[in-house]
Amino acid sequence: MVKKSAMALLAGLVIFGFSIQPALATYKVGAIFSVTGGASFLGDPEKKTAQMVVDQINRDGGINGEKIELIVYDDETDPTKCNLHAKKLISQDKVVAVIGPSVSGLSVAIIPVFEKFKTPLVSCAASYKIVYNEKTGKPNKWVFKTPQSDSLAVEAIYTKMQSMGIHKIAILTVTDGYGASGRHELLRLAQAYKMDIVADEKYDPKDADMTAQLTKIKGLAPQAIVNWSVGPTQVTVLRNWRDLGMTPITFFQSHGFGSRKNIELAAGAAEGVFCPLGACNIADLLPEDHPQKQVTMAYQKSYTETYNEPLSSFGGHAWDAIQLVVDALKAVGGDRAKIRDYLENKKGFIGQHGVFNFSPEDHNGLTKEAFQMVVVKDGDWALAK
Amino acid sequence: METISAASQLFQFIVTGLTVGAIYAMVAIGFNIIYNVTEIINLAQGEFVMLGGLIMVFMHVTVGLPMILAFVTAVLLVTLTGMLLDRLAIKPIRQPSVMTLIIATIAASIVIKGTAMLIWGKSPYDLPAFSGRTPIELGGVIIQPQYLWVIGFLVVVTIGLTLFFNRTILGKAMAACADNPDAARLVGINVQYMVLLSFALSAAIGAIAGMTLTPIALMDYDRGAMLAIKGFGAAILGGLGSFSGAVLGGLLIGLIESLGAGFLLSGYKDAYALIVLLLVLFLRPSGIMGNFEVTKFKRF
Repeated sequence: MVKKSAMALLAGLVIFGFSIQPALATYKVGAIFSVTGGASFLGDPEKKTAQMVVDQINRDGGINGEKIELIVYDDETDPTKCNLHAKKLISQDKVVAVIGPSVSGLSVAIIPVFEKFKTPLVSCAASYKIVYNEKTGKPNKWVFKTPQSDSLAVEAIYTKMQSMGIHKIAILTVTDGYGASGRHELLRLAQAYKMDIVADEKYDPKDADMTAQLTKIKGLAPQAIVNWSVGPTQVTVLRNWRDLGMTPITFFQSHGFGSRKNIELAAGAAEGVFCPLGACNIADLLPEDHPQKQVTMAYQKSYTETYNEPLSSFGGHAWDAIQLVVDALKAVGGDRAKIRDYLENKKGFIGQHGVFNFSPEDHNGLTKEAFQMVVVKDGDWALAK
Repeated sequence: METISAASQLFQFIVTGLTVGAIYAMVAIGFNIIYNVTEIINLAQGEFVMLGGLIMVFMHVTVGLPMILAFVTAVLLVTLTGMLLDRLAIKPIRQPSVMTLIIATIAASIVIKGTAMLIWGKSPYDLPAFSGRTPIELGGVIIQPQYLWVIGFLVVVTIGLTLFFNRTILGKAMAACADNPDAARLVGINVQYMVLLSFALSAAIGAIAGMTLTPIALMDYDRGAMLAIKGFGAAILGGLGSFSGAVLGGLLIGLIESLGAGFLLSGYKDAYALIVLLLVLFLRPSGIMGNFEVTKFKRF
């Protein structure tokens, strides 16, 4: 009798075990971020955001009853490691799609892997080269990206300058991938917007002081300066600008300036500085009827509550990337090719950094309207009029 | 806003170059102290600078100690780190060759950097300037008060070290180790103690460089390596082992960078410094102030 019931119990367990098996199956989504290393200020909030979004979805019952497993690797801002992680995610972890990397250079470096293994990649880095194959003149088939291209930021800045009557400018860029790409776009679009670039200065990502470059610019007396960098240098350059008494020359920062922490670090020197920002930086400032008001406010609330630190706009790129993948999983399930096709035709996706309208010709899906021009006023962002 | 004259532009470049150069010089001095006693290039030197800045921020901004107290505690803590580095990474190595010791310092620098990242995270930190941020204007040249502190500390460190090495028994004992460790041991100098002292001293100087730099350029966990490279370049340019050479080398590299960025293409400013470094090494392999006869006796 005892033996029989034990058998029954065992059989029951086995059957029950098998019956819950499909529910245990999860969608594996890969992520590669620069959590440490030079670009850690990007990778850290991105990783936190992606994890937070996935945890929330799983808590709410997952996608059509199936959980998501997010596998995050840290590329340490190193192309070799990034490449290894990409291959591991695709062949070993068998993920349905990958989000990241955080940095343009690394994203471009791993495109061939994703094209070869036919796996969708939603990059969180800015360069337009990620979604533009120079040989074919079309986007790479399997690669998408969520951040606004540099060219859109440049267009937003130049448009603002035109409305302010500025046409003689100096550009100041950092000698890393971000700065080089921004510089390229600033020079490329200058003519179309009738901008006369009188100085084209550069500095190192770890430089302690940019007084020399600014002094040179001061001698040329442009109407405005555009600075293209991320990290501590974008703060140092503002302090130098203020200390040299150059505030009459309007200062434009790139969208990389999008953290309130930078205003704080500039210790007053950021006052009056313009910069183009995605909606998620300035959720509170958006008018109620703005299409992104709701998602940005919700993200801001949950991020600050979960991590007890101010929101970084870079995390928003990861939010857009993971939510796009989740959206695709909801619609077409875990097939890599179907996810790609779905993403390519996705229209009207309301994200943190804009309303995305993807198409076979455009794997970024944003326009320059994805940027709001803001100005630093009394130590905080204000919408520029 | 009135435009700036060429002359004041030149002076502005010089002021900036000297300030940045003073930081490089302090890092270079740190390299030299350890090199002189042990023949090791301590590649964790930049980490001392980073730690100095970040600990000072922690003591002054987070804990709220007054500036001077925070300064002293930060120097002491970094000095302690330097001594630990010697005791934990350098001394235990059983059959030390110069190369293994240098590799040990690389390992130590990675550990220090990683620990700093865990403690302070990855964002940059700011420190209030020592005497306010109102720039001083001198005939069209803008001088941040902090620039004067940086240069002032370089002067103090240089004078202090000169006195220490020339006028005190301890300093002379250290110099003796530098000249000939075996002979120094024979006359009763505790060489291991001198090595410990050299690490302590160069950590303290690194810390001072970091603390004076932070109000100008902020500080983050990742800054050490770059400063170490520039400081090392300065030490080589001036002549490895020579203190006056280190000061000269540091200031020269700072000046070349600043003038190069100002008058030529700013994108290549690191290249200008390196070209000058290479030229000097071609003409004088021992550096500007280095003594070739002495370097022949060194193992590295």
